[in-house]
Amino acid sequence: MKLRSLEDLERVRQEGKTLLWPAEGKILVGMASCGLASGAAAVYQAFCEAVESQGLKFRVGETGCLGFCAREPIAELRFPDETRIFYGEMDRDKALELASSFSHGDLRPDLALGRIGGDPAWEIPELEQITFYRGQRRRVLADCGLINPLDIREYIAQGGYFAAWQALHMPPEAVLEEIKRAGLRGRGGAGFPTGKKWELARSAPGPKKYVICNGDEGDPGAYMDRSVLEGNPHSVIEGMIIGAYAVGADEGYIYVRAEYPLAVKHLRIAVAQAEELGLLGSDILGTTFSFRIHIFEGAGAFVCGEETALIASIEGRRGQPRPRPPYPVGSGLFGKPTVINNVETWANVPLISRHGAEWFRTLGTSRSPGTKIFSLTGKVRNTGLVEVPIGTPLGQLISEVGGGPPQGKALKAVQIGGPSGGCLPAELLDLAIDYETLTQAGSMMGSGGMVVLDEDTCMVELARFFLEFTQAESCGQCPPCRIGTKRMLEILTRITAGRGRPGDLELLEELAHGVQETSLCGLGRTAPNPVLTTLRYFRAEYEAHLAGHCPAGVCRALFSYAIAEEKCAGCGLCLRVCPSGAIWGEPGKPHRIVKALCIRCGACVSVCPKGAIAKL
Amino acid sequence: MSDMNQVVDRIIARHPGEKNLIPALQEIQGELGYLPELALEAVAQRLKIPLSRVYGVATFYAQFRLTKPGEHLVQVCRGTACHVRGSQVIQEALAREFGGDGRVSLEEVRCVGCCSLAPVVVVDGRPFGRLDPQKAVSVVRGAL
Ligand SMILES: Cc1cc2nc3c(=O)[nH]c(=O)nc-3n(C[C@H](O)[C@H](O)[C@H](O)COP(=O)(O)O)c2cc1C
Ligand code: SF4
Ligand code: FES
Repeated sequence: MKLRSLEDLERVRQEGKTLLWPAEGKILVGMASCGLASGAAAVYQAFCEAVESQGLKFRVGETGCLGFCAREPIAELRFPDETRIFYGEMDRDKALELASSFSHGDLRPDLALGRIGGDPAWEIPELEQITFYRGQRRRVLADCGLINPLDIREYIAQGGYFAAWQALHMPPEAVLEEIKRAGLRGRGGAGFPTGKKWELARSAPGPKKYVICNGDEGDPGAYMDRSVLEGNPHSVIEGMIIGAYAVGADEGYIYVRAEYPLAVKHLRIAVAQAEELGLLGSDILGTTFSFRIHIFEGAGAFVCGEETALIASIEGRRGQPRPRPPYPVGSGLFGKPTVINNVETWANVPLISRHGAEWFRTLGTSRSPGTKIFSLTGKVRNTGLVEVPIGTPLGQLISEVGGGPPQGKALKAVQIGGPSGGCLPAELLDLAIDYETLTQAGSMMGSGGMVVLDEDTCMVELARFFLEFTQAESCGQCPPCRIGTKRMLEILTRITAGRGRPGDLELLEELAHGVQETSLCGLGRTAPNPVLTTLRYFRAEYEAHLAGHCPAGVCRALFSYAIAEEKCAGCGLCLRVCPSGAIWGEPGKPHRIVKALCIRCGACVSVCPKGAIAKL
Repeated sequence: MSDMNQVVDRIIARHPGEKNLIPALQEIQGELGYLPELALEAVAQRLKIPLSRVYGVATFYAQFRLTKPGEHLVQVCRGTACHVRGSQVIQEALAREFGGDGRVSLEEVRCVGCCSLAPVVVVDGRPFGRLDPQKAVSVVRGAL
């Protein structure tokens, strides 16, 4: 059934509302990839069984990621009056227990994580008051973890596709003008003004144009785009409809990386449902505007996140970047004017069309309005997806929202922007997170990966890790990147192996600048960033390696394990777990590690009940 | 052999033209588990393009496999979040335990998007998070 009028859309909204907030109440389980990886499927199953066997009235449903991944799997009890109660760290037993408590009207405040709405007398904290959520402003993620991403009606219930309707009934110029006034900048890394990009494509000659959604999300350690695509795919589709209308495109592609099978599945379902309702296809919403979307699965190449390589990949070729200009807005996919935007950029578009540019500008800075999603990972307590106004101080994000490193360890640095970004030391936590400030500090905003590092991280080894990545992912067509990153990796490898030579650091710097300045695409030009920032902020650590010592105790050639005789009880646990037979000793007597056999895997450290094994 | 040709024919019919080379290869791998040399030759022939083009694409992208994988695919995430949380030790433990086991193909991937649950291992398409070497070994053992 195709929707042709505002009344049609309104009817579906009402239908969606009864699905979102059913009169009999609803139990939901977050079933995004992160939920599934922590066991959400078993929780879902348990709730289904309990509802069935105990004859409970609740419906059981699935939703996307709430962002608080440290507490996954997360379940929710939802009432028709829009009250929601959340429960974290679920497992099968807890689900069965909760279900039977619910059947007696017991909300189990002892197990609850937080609530939205409801009664303070329940003694469940408000979700927004939990430190993880307090500093956040969830706009793009607002409906993630609320709606069922597999049912378009729930997206429409939240006001979805009304912005598209509105836009399609305005002149395209006016739609574009609103995006320009909002000051939206690309969330894929570079921060290019989206309105300007669209305008360039709109004014490019020719009747055939494309829009593309870049869902390659190559930064290994970031998953903002995955969560949006899995948890709210329609927000991206609606953004693309609005964008296509504004620039005059009739065809679009969503490029998703191969490692995200669930995102691909949800997108395919979403596109099919949108087609069925006439939101994609010809004569959308009763207008004369036509637009189709194809899903393209990437095949595993980091460089394909670069726009010209991505285009080459859709055209069926090796994903090798080409020189710009010409820019895709002039000559892109199949030689036609093409707008490429990041997933999060597209997901912001319907919000701007719906609420207006002024609303959008109420958060963020004047140069970079709005919010940005970060994936907070690594050595931090509250790992998860956080959405904060641009300009939020880095420290607030890591120490307050993130709760700092676990186990009382000291914060050492934060890596922002993945292989193209840099490592900023703990001293710089006052920095505001915005495009310009981070670039000045030698890092970059990137797409939103934020890996927190504690005292146990070796910065030299981390730099080596990134270089290994970029070196392997270089498409290989230009020598500075292909050969330069290789030589840099060799130097870093020998430093971490304890074979560094005098002059290595200077050589690294010289090579880094050469690669930066002479590579063709962003991959090569930014590949040295992790090395340059660690050299800038952690030079002493490099020098320690040259002197034969790894201060963090990570580089295996530069430290060893030893058992403190006076602490060892001779229990033999370490001897049993050691995979290389490097531990000797008789029961009841102090054990000993044979240095030459030890592979420094650390297995013994984690089993020793006396804490007798330490790094030297 | 003729089986394989049928698979290629069917898939190329659905994805005609050179521009659909990547989706075609993805589907062929989806059915055969990998891209045998003969399949690449058949694709080149059907699409009337040089084998070098097909081979060039098949070797450029990490997803494509040119050798037959084991019965069970175990992918250790070596992305940044997993790396700083000890994925290397997990990889080594799995290699020690299953390296000689023909049923298991050990691969590494660069992030599967479950970084908040690092370190992560994907076993036959199912992601498992918050692992340590012992847990990783028992997860894989459970799948065999
Ligand atoms: C090596 C490299 C990798 C990139 N990876 C991504 C990516 O994974 N996702 C993304 O949106 N943009 C990525 N970009 C940026 C894109 O080229 C492009 O600028 C972006 O998709 C534009 O969208 P935006 O203006 O909405 O940010 C990458 C760039 C380079 C040089
Ligand atoms: S800089 Fe590197 S990735 Fe970019 S085109 Fe050159 S070789 Fe390829
Ligand atoms: S870094 Fe391992 S899942 Fe992202």
